[in-house]
Amino acid sequence: MSAITVEEAGAIHPAQARMSPPSRFADKAFYWLTLSMAFVVVLLVILIGWQLGQGSWQAIQKFGFHFVTTSTWDPVAEQYGALPFIYGTAVSSLIALLIAVPLSIGTAVYLTELAPLWMRQPIVSLIEMLAAIPSVILGLWGIFVMIPWLRDHPFPFLQRILGWTPFFSGPIYGPCMLAGGIIVAIMVLPIITSVSREILRSVPNLQREAAYALGATRWEVTRIAVLSYARKGLFGAVILGLGRALGETMAVTMVIGNTPQIAASLFKPGYTLASVIANEFTEATTDMYLQALFEIGLVLFGVTIVVNLLAQLLLKTITGAAAPDRVQ
Amino acid sequence: MTKLHKTKLVGLAIALGLSASASGQMTINGAGATFPYPIYSKWFDEYAKVDPSVRFNYQSIGSGGGQKQILAQTVDFGASDGPMSDDNLAKAPAKILHIPTVAGADVVAYNLPGNPPLKLDADTIAGIFLGQIKKWNDPKIAATNAGTNLPDKDIIVVHRSDGSGTTYIWTDYLSKISAEWKSKVGTNTSVSWPTGIGGKGNEGVAGQIKQTPGALGYVELIYAIQNKMPYADIKNSAGKFVKPTLESITAAMATAQIPDDFRFSITNAPGENAYPIAGATWLLVYEQQKDATKGKKLVEFLKWAQKDGEKMAKDLDYASLPEDLQQRVLKRIDEIKM
Repeated sequence: MSAITVEEAGAIHPAQARMSPPSRFADKAFYWLTLSMAFVVVLLVILIGWQLGQGSWQAIQKFGFHFVTTSTWDPVAEQYGALPFIYGTAVSSLIALLIAVPLSIGTAVYLTELAPLWMRQPIVSLIEMLAAIPSVILGLWGIFVMIPWLRDHPFPFLQRILGWTPFFSGPIYGPCMLAGGIIVAIMVLPIITSVSREILRSVPNLQREAAYALGATRWEVTRIAVLSYARKGLFGAVILGLGRALGETMAVTMVIGNTPQIAASLFKPGYTLASVIANEFTEATTDMYLQALFEIGLVLFGVTIVVNLLAQLLLKTITGAAAPDRVQ
Repeated sequence: MTKLHKTKLVGLAIALGLSASASGQMTINGAGATFPYPIYSKWFDEYAKVDPSVRFNYQSIGSGGGQKQILAQTVDFGASDGPMSDDNLAKAPAKILHIPTVAGADVVAYNLPGNPPLKLDADTIAGIFLGQIKKWNDPKIAATNAGTNLPDKDIIVVHRSDGSGTTYIWTDYLSKISAEWKSKVGTNTSVSWPTGIGGKGNEGVAGQIKQTPGALGYVELIYAIQNKMPYADIKNSAGKFVKPTLESITAAMATAQIPDDFRFSITNAPGENAYPIAGATWLLVYEQQKDATKGKKLVEFLKWAQKDGEKMAKDLDYASLPEDLQQRVLKRIDEIKM
C-alpha cells in the first residue's frame, strides 16, 4: 500500500517541476469570475431598488412619510396610504409561519429520524409536488374548496372557543385574513420542509450515537443532539419560507378579501402589498396612481430587507449564547 | 459528406427563403383591454382569410396598458374598456381617435336560497353598495320583489379588487344614479369601496358569490351567462325593469347621447328597452398614420370589423353597435390620414 503511494507521489513531483513557474491564471480567472457573479446579484438588488425609487419619486415627494402611516387608498381622490397593506402583509405572513413552521419541522424530523425507510421517499415526493402547484390554481381551490369548508367548520369552532378575544370576533364571511394566512402556510410548507429535511440529514450520525451512548431516549436524542445542533440551519429554512410568504401574491389575493383595512379580527378581510400591485397595476391610468403602486413595490422591497435583517439579528442572539455546546 | 453538406445548404436556403416571405407579411401590433380579447382574436383569425398579407398581434394586457402603449407609440393600435381621459389625451403626441367596437354589460349576480328571480332599482343598488342596506329583507328590496321570500340575512357585497373596465362601468352607473356615491366614491377602474369584499377577476367575484350564501356582486354578462349564474332585472331611467341581454345593451347604445369623438358612456341610457349598466369598448388609433402602407391595412381592417366583424359579436355574447352608430364610426375611420 504505502509503496504504491510513494511511487505515485514520486511520479508527480518531477512533472510539476517541469511546469515551473506554475501558472496562476486559472486561479485568478476563477476568482474574478465568481466575484463578478456575486457582484451581479448585488447590482441587481441595487438596480431594483433604484428603479422602484425612480418610478415612485413623485409619489414619495407628494405623500412623504404619510404614505406609510395613513390608511386611505382612494385612486379617485388620488389619496394613497399603504398602512393597511403593510399590516396585511405582516399579519398574513405571521399567521403562515405560525402554522407552517411547526408542521414543516415536525414533518422534517419525522422523515429524517423516525419514519420507516420505505415511507420517506413517497412523502418527500408528495411535499415537492405541493410546491409545484401554480399559485393561481391554489387560489381558486381556496375559493371553491378551502373557504366554504373553513367557514362552515373550523371558523365557527374557533369563534366558540376564542370568540371572547378580539382576534376571532365578528361575522364570518369566508374570505379573510386568516384564510389568507392559511393559504400562504400551505405555500411555504414545502420550502421549509425540504430545506429543514436536508439540514437534519446533514447532522452527523456521530451526534446521535454520542447521545444514545449517554443513555438518552429517542426524544432526547432528537431534541439535544439533532434539533439543537441544526438550530441555525432550521432558522435559515424559516427565513426562506418567510421570504416566500411576504411576496406571495395570486393565491392570497383570491382568498384574503382585498379590503384595505386594519382590523383586529382575523375573520375580517384584509389586503397585502403584493396583492394590491397585482390587482391594480394593469389598469392604473393616471401618473400618480402608477407612482403610488411603484411606491408600494418599494415598501415591499423595504419590508423584505428589514425583516431579513431582523431575522439575522435574532439568529445571532439565539445562536450566539448557545454556541459553545456545539460540536465542531 | 459533400452530399450531406449540399442538402444542408439547400435546407438553409429554403429556411431563409421562408423567413424572407414571412417578413414580407406585415404585422400590426396592438395591446390593451382584456374584455374584448375573445372577439378580437376571432376577428384577427377571420381577417387572415380576407387579407392574408397582414397578421395581427394583440396583447391583452389591460386597458391601462393599452392607453400607455398607444401614447408611447409602441403599438399600432391600443384598446380600452373606458374612453381616455382629457389628461391622458393631452399627453398624446398627435390626435388619437376612439373607435367603438362592441359592448357588454355588468349584471347583478346573487346567491339566495333557491335563487328566486330578483328585481332591483337604482336606489336600492346604490344603498347596498354604500353599505346602507345591510339585510336581504330590507323594505327597499321587498318593495320591488313582492311575493319573493327574502331571508333575514346579511347582504355580503362582492366587488372586483383588480382594476377593470367592469368596475369602471359599474361605478360610472352608480355615480349617475346616486349623488352620494358620486361625491363619496366616484368613477374609476378601481375605487375605495365603502363596503364589501374584493374578488380578483370575474372568476374571483363569481367564485365568492357562488360560495357565499347571501352574497351579491357585479360580473360581466358573458361571464354570468357562461357560468349559469342568476342575475337581477334592473329598473332603468324610463322606469321599466329590463333584463340584461345583448339586445337591451344595443338598445342602450341606440338611445344614449353619443358625441362626435365617440368618448361616450351608455350607463343609465334613457330608452325604454335600454339596460342601464352597460358599456362599450374602444380601439385607439392615431388620426395621422406614420407608416402609410401599415395605416392603409389598418383602416381596411377597421372597416371590415365594423361591417362584417360586428355580425360575429352575437355568437360570442357581445352586443354589436346599432346600425346608425356603425355608419358614424365608418365615416370617422375614413378620416384617418396616411
